[in-house]
Amino acid sequence: MKFVPFAKFAAVAAALAISFSATAGAQTLRTFNGGEPASLDPHRVSGDWENRIVGDYLEGLMTEDANATPILGQAEAFTISDDGLTYTFVIRSDAMWSDGTPVTAQDFDYAFRRLFDPARAAEYAYLQYPIKNAEAINAGEMPMDQLGVRVIDDRTIEFTLEQPTPYFVDALAHYTAYPLPRHVVEQFGDAWVQPANIVGNGPYNIVEWIPNSYIHSVKSETYYDAANVQIAEVYYYALDDLAAALQRYRAGEFDIMTDFPTDQYQLLQTQYPGQAHVAPFLGIYYYVMNQNMPQLQDVNVRKALSMAVNRDVIGPQILGTGELPAYGWVPPGTANYPFPGYQPDWVALPYGERVAQATALMEAAGYTAQNPLRLQLRYNTNDNHQRIAVAIAAMWEPLHVQVELFNSETAVHYDALQNNDFAGVGRAGWLMDYNDAINTLELLRSDIQYNYGRFNNPEFDALLRQSATITDMAARAVILREAEVLAMENYAALPLYYYVSKNVVSPRVQGFVDNAKDIHRTRWLSLTN
Amino acid sequence: MVGFTGKDAVLTRYAERLHELDRSKGQSLTRDAFRRLRRNRAAMVSIFVIVFIILAALIGPLFVPWTVKEVDWSAFRSPPDWAKGHYLGTDQNGRDLLARLLQGTQMSLLVAAVATFVSVTIGVVYGAIAGYVGGRIDAIMMRFVDIMYALPYILFVIILVVIFGRRPVLLFVAIGALEWLTMARIVRGQTLSLKEKEFVEAARAGGATTRTIVFRHIIRNLTGPVVIYATLTIPEIIIVESFLSYLGLGVQEPLTSLGTLISRGAEVFEVMPWLLIPPAVVLVTLLLGLTFIGDGLRDALDPKDR
Amino acid sequence: MLRYALRRILAALPIALIAITLCFIVMRLAPGGPFDGERPLPPAVEANVRAYYNLDKPLIEQYFLYVGGVLRGDLGPSMTSYDFSVSDLLGFGIPFTFMLGFSAFVIATLIGLVVGIVSAVNQNRWPDYLLVFVVMIGVIVPNFLVGHILQLIFGVYLQWLPAGGWGGNISQLVMPITVLAWPHAARISRLMRGSMIEVLGANYIRTAKAKGIGERLVLVRHAIKPALIPVVSYLGPGLSYLLTGSIVVENIFGLPGIGRYFVNAALNRDYGLVLGTTILYVVVILVLNLLVDILYAWLDPKVRYR
Repeated sequence: MKFVPFAKFAAVAAALAISFSATAGAQTLRTFNGGEPASLDPHRVSGDWENRIVGDYLEGLMTEDANATPILGQAEAFTISDDGLTYTFVIRSDAMWSDGTPVTAQDFDYAFRRLFDPARAAEYAYLQYPIKNAEAINAGEMPMDQLGVRVIDDRTIEFTLEQPTPYFVDALAHYTAYPLPRHVVEQFGDAWVQPANIVGNGPYNIVEWIPNSYIHSVKSETYYDAANVQIAEVYYYALDDLAAALQRYRAGEFDIMTDFPTDQYQLLQTQYPGQAHVAPFLGIYYYVMNQNMPQLQDVNVRKALSMAVNRDVIGPQILGTGELPAYGWVPPGTANYPFPGYQPDWVALPYGERVAQATALMEAAGYTAQNPLRLQLRYNTNDNHQRIAVAIAAMWEPLHVQVELFNSETAVHYDALQNNDFAGVGRAGWLMDYNDAINTLELLRSDIQYNYGRFNNPEFDALLRQSATITDMAARAVILREAEVLAMENYAALPLYYYVSKNVVSPRVQGFVDNAKDIHRTRWLSLTN
Repeated sequence: MVGFTGKDAVLTRYAERLHELDRSKGQSLTRDAFRRLRRNRAAMVSIFVIVFIILAALIGPLFVPWTVKEVDWSAFRSPPDWAKGHYLGTDQNGRDLLARLLQGTQMSLLVAAVATFVSVTIGVVYGAIAGYVGGRIDAIMMRFVDIMYALPYILFVIILVVIFGRRPVLLFVAIGALEWLTMARIVRGQTLSLKEKEFVEAARAGGATTRTIVFRHIIRNLTGPVVIYATLTIPEIIIVESFLSYLGLGVQEPLTSLGTLISRGAEVFEVMPWLLIPPAVVLVTLLLGLTFIGDGLRDALDPKDR
Repeated sequence: MLRYALRRILAALPIALIAITLCFIVMRLAPGGPFDGERPLPPAVEANVRAYYNLDKPLIEQYFLYVGGVLRGDLGPSMTSYDFSVSDLLGFGIPFTFMLGFSAFVIATLIGLVVGIVSAVNQNRWPDYLLVFVVMIGVIVPNFLVGHILQLIFGVYLQWLPAGGWGGNISQLVMPITVLAWPHAARISRLMRGSMIEVLGANYIRTAKAKGIGERLVLVRHAIKPALIPVVSYLGPGLSYLLTGSIVVENIFGLPGIGRYFVNAALNRDYGLVLGTTILYVVVILVLNLLVDILYAWLDPKVRYR
């Protein structure tokens, strides 16, 4: 009698375990998607985990193919004027919202006006600044009617640019360029994205959103390419504990993981061969050195710090996923940038020799064991950031550098970086928003907020300004390369590695192509059993 | 905090018993208790083990070939390797686990001791003042204690962590500042009953101030409760610390703690079991030992058996 | 009885207000704002956003705006989740967290009581040792470690149970409830064992046995109710611990409860959500304590007149 609760409990558990064995249908994709989306409104999202969901239910004039290269989306054709300043897009006649209303040029126009509305404060609006007057309008300095977006007729829309922008077509595939269902947004206001109201024009429709658990989408029958969309429904799961997420993948509860704990890479490779995908990704992981500090104004000190970092151990040893060492500022493989990754001359030296030279530089600058250089190393709380910081602190020790490690949450960390409130070195990373070298080089411009280290070089700024006026892509690339080399020779910042994308893909999933943008729209995937 | 070891229930009952006793016997009571404790085998073994752990944490690092911060560039994620002096292996940063384990144990014990000390101090002072002053002020002060009891403790801890960043000692001072409620209740009760005792009246007539008497006697009578309180609070804090570590709010690198080691180790224990097992064993031993000592003390001090 | 309950309810109101105020102040003192993300906002834009959340107004005005809203049941906007208000989010999370917490509470209490009684009846024999050992694991092993290990064994290796998530299938709750309930069951059983042993040694039980009443009847009729008193006093704090303690479990098993909101919100300085969650917890915990007090008053009539 005393053990009744036990017995009952066990019986119930066993019965339920049996009933669970019949789970999700054959054409249901279950994706571990990382964080909880802050919103599904394309003007309010900022993360790749949000992009995966939003890009499945909305589609711009351009979209991405399985390789993440831009292809025509809602547009069936476009023309570019000879001066490269005017783009005219024709919208497909079968482009349709999920409630059956046709997608019109006005929907796009409405979306762009909303994007640049200063009151809306869309974080990523700047990605569409190539559009004429967009920047001034977004800053509230110019009226909205000056925007270089014009509706020609229901199916034709024209963009006028500030200056020729080779990556504009690429930028139009970004979620900031998605159309909005004007009739729905005007009716419901900000609540239009709630599952009860939401209307999209992409291959999937959102039907359910359980905050902090999952978002559920089903295939849209009104999508123009619906005949070729194979997966019937998608669950995007939000989960913070990455190790626990991997266990759920191994238990067969997820088909795709958009990240995995690096320590489990080996286990994945041996027990689940071929399922872990690690591929180059357009982005740099770097440290900024606060150049408002007198100690770090000395270029030789910055050089010594950079030389002493043994980047070859970071990818293979510390992270274990083989990230490639970075010495330059533009990831190799960036479009319109036909150069190998920049490398300083000391890369060829054996590491011991580099440390010796770096130590000599530091000693010449007056630092000794008795009088070390004290630096704070700030990073945002994360296992990998921490490991790298710990390793680099150890690498700097022989140079008479005493490091204080300081971690904080992402919000606090970037608050400190932006306010230049860090006494030494800070971690940062940049994933390219569009495939062009200017996207990373701009991080070092003296008048830009993202320049956390406050690198200030008039010559560098001038080169960037000059590049904006050049239409010949090859000539522009040369100028940009010159700027990159200049910045790196002045040790503007300390690049560590080029990012890799990390996915785990079940053998059930077909059509998953590793690509440099790490964008894999569900539309291109299919499931087998 | 009321939830973790049921310390509150245990101590309140103990204190109630203490009230029923004749105050002046307090001291010999304590002495008897320690004699009884010495006959409790589990408790004695536990004391021995815990003293060993404390000593190892304090002086052990002197005998370990590697330091906490030192990176062995030739041994990342290495299983135990006697040839290189990595008796427990290395972590993902090439650091010696034994060195880190000793340092982590030190840190866990330190934060637990700090938090316990702070909470005992606040509790004694607060309770003594409330009991000594009495009347309306006492009522208000104890009402405040009731309020604090009702608040979701762990939420406040998380908010505190967010504010104090990751300065471990400061953080645990703050946690100690949330922990003193039980102590305050017990001390107040004792002070109240002491005030009414005849020998206090007598001493006062003899020229001594009530304050001196009350405080001297309170301190004398507190040995039992404080020792029990501490043995029950230390494991509680160690668990809180490990919980915070799991949420990524633990102590700052390059320092570590048992909780941090375990939460990092738990994620990789299939591939690198040597990162989880040693800290888990130390933690479990520590908590088990403290629990046995706590039980032993309670039995030994239980005034009912007199 | 009714007057007693009413008095307790009135006393609870100022506590809730104090907690709101405390939390409000503390969150605003913390470094970092909710809008500092990976990329900075242009100043003009940031001013717009701040205006939207009333952050541009003086602190005192913000406070009154907020308290006014709370009294109307409006917990304000969340600063990290644009599409849902704080009330919306809590509306999603509460049913789940409460279901989880209460299920764990009921199961843990029943198991704890049974284990406690069985242990006490078999004091210092093998069933006692075995049960104490099993139950102690829940207290001395951090629950995130228990969670990870159970997930690996039953979810990955044996695949008996789903490794996580919540889709309305009760089998998904078996592991979360086990992890959550274990430490609670441990504490209940320890309390129950202790007080049971004491009651069983009391004179009136001996008398009852001597009278020839069957042992089981003595147990049920005379021993259990008095032995329950210390256990009941722990139920209130215990339940509040289970409700707030689900953070770890929700994280590991990917469950849609409010514990995760709280941690994420605190880390991201989502003032609105932190305040909302805390207020909710405070109110719930106050209500629960109230219920426990009333239950206690029913079990132990002395309390009512204190």
